[in-house]
Formats: sequence, C-alpha cells, structure tokens
Amino acid sequence: MPGPQPVEGTKVTSVSALRAVPLLQASGGEVPDRIFKSAMTVCGLAVLGVLVLIVYELTSGSGLSWHAFGFKFFVGSDWNPVSEQFGALPFIYGTLVSSLLALIIAVPLSVGVAVFTTEMCPTALRGPLSFFVELLAAIPSVIYGLWAMFVLVPILSGYVEPFLAKTLGWSGVFEGPPLGIGMLAAGIILAIMIVPIISSITREVLMVVPQHQREGVLALGATRWEMIRVGVLRNARAGIVGGIILGLGRALGETMAVTMVIGNRPEIAKSLFAPGYTMASVLANEFSEATGDVYLSALVEIGLALFLVTIVVNALAQLLVWTVTRGQPARGHA
Amino acid sequence: MPELGGRSSVRQGVPPISWRRRITDHLMTGVAVLTVVLVLAPLVAIFGYLVYRGVGSINWAFLTQSPKPVGEPGGGMANAIMGSVLILGIASVIGVPFGIGSGIYLAEFGRNRFGSAIRFTADVLNGVPSIVVGIVAWAIMVRGRGFSALAGGVALAIMMVPTICRTTEEMLLLVPQALREAAYGLGVPRWRTTLSITLRTATSGVITGIMLAFARVAGETAPLLFTALGNTYWSLRYDQPTAALPLQIYVYANSPYDDWHRQAWAGSFVLIFLIVTAVAAVRYVVRRGTFGAA
Repeated sequence: MPGPQPVEGTKVTSVSALRAVPLLQASGGEVPDRIFKSAMTVCGLAVLGVLVLIVYELTSGSGLSWHAFGFKFFVGSDWNPVSEQFGALPFIYGTLVSSLLALIIAVPLSVGVAVFTTEMCPTALRGPLSFFVELLAAIPSVIYGLWAMFVLVPILSGYVEPFLAKTLGWSGVFEGPPLGIGMLAAGIILAIMIVPIISSITREVLMVVPQHQREGVLALGATRWEMIRVGVLRNARAGIVGGIILGLGRALGETMAVTMVIGNRPEIAKSLFAPGYTMASVLANEFSEATGDVYLSALVEIGLALFLVTIVVNALAQLLVWTVTRGQPARGHA
Repeated sequence: MPELGGRSSVRQGVPPISWRRRITDHLMTGVAVLTVVLVLAPLVAIFGYLVYRGVGSINWAFLTQSPKPVGEPGGGMANAIMGSVLILGIASVIGVPFGIGSGIYLAEFGRNRFGSAIRFTADVLNGVPSIVVGIVAWAIMVRGRGFSALAGGVALAIMMVPTICRTTEEMLLLVPQALREAAYGLGVPRWRTTLSITLRTATSGVITGIMLAFARVAGETAPLLFTALGNTYWSLRYDQPTAALPLQIYVYANSPYDDWHRQAWAGSFVLIFLIVTAVAAVRYVVRRGTFGAA
C-alpha cells in the first residue's frame, strides 16, 4: 500500500493538520456516534428479545395444558381432541425413533464423505465435492418430502421392505405390511437431510487436526487408513461428536419432509414399517385447525418441549465443536 | 499421498506391511468412496426427478394463472410465486436491517459480556425448529387478527436475523484494524467509519450472508402453515392470507389429483431454480470478493 501522499498544490503543515482533528470530532462526532451506537445496540437487543419472546409465548401458551395434565402429558399415550385427553408420548417416541434411525444411517455416511474429501481425494476434486454435498443442504424440506412421497416410498414398499421382512423379519423390527410410508421412510429422508450438516462440520474439524499428526503416524510406518484412524479421527473425536449432535438437533425439529412420509398416526409400534407421528408433524397438521383452548395449549406445550430439547442438544453440540476448533462458530452451512 | 511400501529404499529398516493391513487399507478407501456415492446418489436422483417431472410441467398457464377449483385440471401457481415474493420481501425488509445492525454491534461494540450473550443467543436461535418459530409468529401476529402475509414475513424474518447477524460480524472482523485506525486518524467519526469504511469493505461478505439466509428461508414451509396460511386466489395485500410456493407444493403433493402432483413438481423446479441461482450467485460473489471471505 502506498503511503500518504501530499496532494499537489497544497501545503500541508503539521500545525493545520493537528488543528483539523479536534475540530472535526467536536462538530460531527460525538452526538451522531452516540445515536449510532444506541441504534446498533437496539438491533443487538432485538436478537435477545426474540429469544425472550419465544420463551414467553411458549410457556404462557402451554400453561393451560400444564395445569390440566402436569407431567402425565409426557407419559400418556392417549391423544383425543374430542374428549380433551392429551398425552404426547407417541409423538415424543416418533421424534426420537425417526431421529435416531436417521443418525444410524447418516453418521457413517457423513464421516466417510468427510474423510474422503479431506484425506483421500485429489485436491482438485475437493471443492466440487463439498459443493455438491452442501447443495443437499440447500434443497427445501418440502421438496425432499415430495421426492420421498413419489420416489422413495414406492422403492421402499416395492423392494426394500419386502427384502428386509424376508431377511430380518424375525427381529420384529421389520414386520407388517410393506406400505412404504412409515417410520423407516421418515428415518431415511431425515438421514439424507442431515448428512450435509454432519459432514461439513466433520470436515472442518478434520482440517483443524495438525498436519504433523498425520506425518508422525505415517513416519511410524502406518498405512493411510491407520494414519486416518489413529492420527486424524482419534484427535477429532469430540468435534465429530459435536457435528453428530448438531445433526440430531436438525433432525428433531425437521417438519415437512417427515410429515409427508411418516403416516401421521399417533401409535407406538415396534415395527419400523408401521406409521408413526412426530412432535413437529402434529404441530404442522393440527395447529391451524385446533379448536378449544386446551387442545391449542397442548399443542403449544409440544412446541415448548421441542424447543427445549433442541436448545439443549444444540448448546451441547456447540460446546463440543468449540473445544476442537477453538471458538469459531459451528454452523451447518445453510 | 503416502507410498504403501512400493519403494523398498524408502522403507529400509521398517518391517513390510502385512497383507492384512494392506487389504484393510484398500478396503477402507473403497468404503469411503462408497459413502460418497451413496450420499451423491439421492442428490442426483432428486435433481434428476425435478428436471424430469418439473420441466415438462412448466408452461405458460403455470406461470401466469392462479389455481383452478379442486379437481379441475389446468391453472397454475402464479399467485403462489407472487405471494412468495411478497412474503420474502417483507421478511427481508424486517430481517436484513436487524441482522446487519446486530452484526455491527457484535463486531464493533460487542467485545464484552453482553456481546457474548447476544452471540450465544443468535447461535441458539439458529437451531430453533422452524415450526416453533411459526407458533411464536402465530401467537404475536395472527391470534385475534387473522392470517396474513405480514405474519409469514415476520416468521421468516426471525429465521433470517441470526444467520445475517453472525456472518456480518465475521465479515466485519476480517476488515483490518488499520483501515479503521486510518479513518479515525483522518478525523472521521466512528459511525461514518463503520458505515462507509468497514461495512463498505466487507460488502461482498455481508451480501453472502444475506443471500444464504434468503436461500434458507425461501423454501421454508413449516413457519408459513399457520401464519400466511395459503390462498387459492390472487392477493397482494399484506394483511390477507397469502399463497406461497412451498405451501402450494405441500398442498398439491398431498392431494389425490395427478394434475396437481404434476404442478407440485413444476413448483418445486421453480423453487429450486430460484434457490440454486441464489447460492451460485453467492459463490460467485465470494470468489470475486475483494478480500479473503472464502
């Protein structure tokens, strides 16, 4: 960068330059600066305000249901708007099972993709590959749902579920009519949706592992896989777990795609072929049509539970990723 | 890439790699390649289907007409496209200033405990499920007033702010401190420095953040279900129920009519086209950016 150059034709004396500074500050500085700072502070406060608003609306809205059912709300499995009996267990079960199923499928895949992009593939391929994986994150939930309804579900009911029933039907987890629509479909579509989050965070974490760790392990005579296992994955463990938990947080709150393929029946079934229902889905389906204060309040209480669970899960994930990347925010790239 | 025992001169004194270890190594490379294939397969399948079912279904009527009555073939999603533009416009008008403002606060004034609290809150808000945001927007905007485009815009704005806030902060912090000091040295007041020097320098990065937030909320359906609600007629009023592209796709996908399924695919194609264009534009801007935003 070039240094300060005196403009031709003007004679800059040190005295006039010194005098100019306080003059400018006194005339155009103080008051607008204060206004500017308060305006920006108000914007910052708005972020806090939104969170406070969310907490307030959810707690005050769910009060009625909490008084009526207390803790039984979370262990009861009877959901009957007509007789105003509300138990959220089938929804909690559906949310947990579909999200865990998604994790079981997505974790090996995302870690594999991350390891491949950081450790194995040619550098030229790295950029395009991560771009394509992140493209998965840009697809809206409703389009995943549409695709799952018309492409994934027929494949499941026609090929995958009959096969699973024949080979693993004895376990009881894969039995019943192969409808396609149900818990398995929800788990698979959720898995596809959370792969980009887990893999992009895992990639970030793997890249933070110092190069000399890899070189050290290789120098001891390790093969590439041994180097990855001992030198890279073991060092990045905490961060990878953080990424997985962040993916879990996303899966728990995912609404549209799941609602379109899970079958929306509030039952607890052992088989993954059976239809289920999740907390987010019941909100999507019933909230705008809920009649009666208790019904509405019960739905808001489900929203509150969902909110609290995702907050705890996300905070945990942030902490874990922070311990590895030292303070850089962990985000699944949108 | 490491040589796996290929050159004996390099590996002198090191015991040879056993067959088992070598096979494991190749096997795991194969597994990693397989995971990449398995992850990219749905991506290809989804885009392939979108193009295959979507492009053929887009016609002039789809882009210019509003829906026909239930069960009648024909009609289009023009009102939904327009509604999405309206709702997203409202969301941006509310969300972008607050997002940038809070980002400026964090970068320029937020090196304290209060700033950390806001930073943490923004990260928390980023993880709140969109359907929960919908409930809150319903509670503050719809209850007692009725469904409206404004309510939908507020819901989406709430989702935009955290993303814009954090990227703006990151981008402003990348601007060299010397640039600020140079401006102060010339006697430029702090607010002027922030707006016309710091923010100006970081423009491409800040725009990236805005576009990312925009792309994220453009496809959101859940927060609109009980705020904008949807509408089968034209409506350009902020206080009326309004159609939106994602909502219309959802309703049509769940309908029993083949023609509506066809239109759902067409709508999805239009939606994804808009979003991918935005994301591609972001990458283009970032790559051309004046400083290391990438």
